[in-house]
Amino acid sequence: MSAIKIDILNKRFPGVGEATGHLVIENLNLTINPQEFVCLVGPSGCGKTTLLNIIAGLDTDFTGEISVGQVTKKSKIGVVFQNPRLLAWRTVRQNIELVQERFQNAELIDELLDVMQLTAFQNVYPERLSLGMSRRVALIRAFAVNPDLLLMDEPFVSLDAPTARQVRDLLLLLWKKRPHTVLFVTHDLREAIALADRLVFLSAAPMRFVSEIVVPIPRIERNNEQAIEEFRQQLMNEYPAIKQLI
Amino acid sequence: MLFLLITWQALAVYLDSSTFPMPVLVAKVFWQACVTGQLPYHLGMTLLRLIVSFSIAMLFGCAMGIALGRNRKLDAFFDNWLVIFLNVPALVTIILCYVWFGLVESAAILAVVVNKLPNVIVTIREGTRALDQDLMDMARCYRLSKRKILLEIIWPQLHPFVMGATRSGLALIWKIILVVELLGRSNGMGYQLHLFFQMFDVASILAYTLAFVGVIQLIELLILKPLDQHALRWRR
Repeated sequence: MSAIKIDILNKRFPGVGEATGHLVIENLNLTINPQEFVCLVGPSGCGKTTLLNIIAGLDTDFTGEISVGQVTKKSKIGVVFQNPRLLAWRTVRQNIELVQERFQNAELIDELLDVMQLTAFQNVYPERLSLGMSRRVALIRAFAVNPDLLLMDEPFVSLDAPTARQVRDLLLLLWKKRPHTVLFVTHDLREAIALADRLVFLSAAPMRFVSEIVVPIPRIERNNEQAIEEFRQQLMNEYPAIKQLI
Repeated sequence: MLFLLITWQALAVYLDSSTFPMPVLVAKVFWQACVTGQLPYHLGMTLLRLIVSFSIAMLFGCAMGIALGRNRKLDAFFDNWLVIFLNVPALVTIILCYVWFGLVESAAILAVVVNKLPNVIVTIREGTRALDQDLMDMARCYRLSKRKILLEIIWPQLHPFVMGATRSGLALIWKIILVVELLGRSNGMGYQLHLFFQMFDVASILAYTLAFVGVIQLIELLILKPLDQHALRWRR
């Protein structure tokens, strides 16, 4: 799959009645390389979710252009939302099978369930799962389509720190097994540093590009809390503008 | 149940009136009507009409309800019509159907359907409006087919509304179907009840009512309850 080019001139939400509406995104230019792991970092409410919706094709009401390479209708996009969005009336396994409509692959599901330690829960209805487990199911669902592009919208928010770390490690494990482009939205800088090849900083609404930074820490060192914290401090000192964003 | 029977018996003895028969007499009449095949035949005719008109009303009602719930323009167009049809007295539609199409079976069915349809549409429309947009977005992201979206995402969410429409619909149809039979058919429960009314045969009326209540209980117990349990098995 080729690079993703994002070129949004502006995106505004229509106002209600007389109100003029408000500008959400303005002049955003981004290129994401194939198989790159990019974290979009910005304050809450800056329009990151809107951006992901545009890339996912859910929102077409904007001026500008998005090219997701040659992959259009046939492309496989995995999406992990802020909330797990599982069907309560289907079991864990049925929820995952649902997205494999055109390409059944039971082995892949078995493998993913195993990695995420959810094999024992595959026939359970989502209401019985904890939030952390539900998020893991949502992750499996995204990986089950063997995605070319994975969009993740603060998928680990409201998880306690150890669970979040565990799920993060699992995400990296899966990503290393099957490299693909990942766009990961977060407002947690530590999380972003632990995961990304490149950080893209975005401003508060209307969202604009602020700066981008390649994370120099080698992948093997990413679970070293200290290295991450040091790099975070270094970023804060070098780019004072970032401080206001997080 | 026992209490009801005793009260009934006591009242009947006290009043000693031919218009308030004792339970034993009603049971006897009930048994006789069953043996002669009268009651099963008329009840069967009514049930048949019920099944046909109910199926038609539910099928079109669900389809139109989903369409109206998902399409605002369509909804705005049909909204007034719905309100009108919801509030036209059942008797009016029944009489008009018979006058326009004659005293035939299809007119009877149509009259019932016309009375029931708006209720189904409104209920399902409300259900469709309450659909979870998050799940729809998820389905679109993963490019699920229309069929899957309908069966796996929309339909399960509509289930409580469909069951609501079914229960209130059955109650409504029972009431209307008897009037329809009374006015223009020569068989069915409505026709029979009319006959008994003219002869002041209260025992038979009560016996038929008994059969009626039994059938309704059976439908609830054997069809609706199991459906509910199956569809809501995921609930804690």
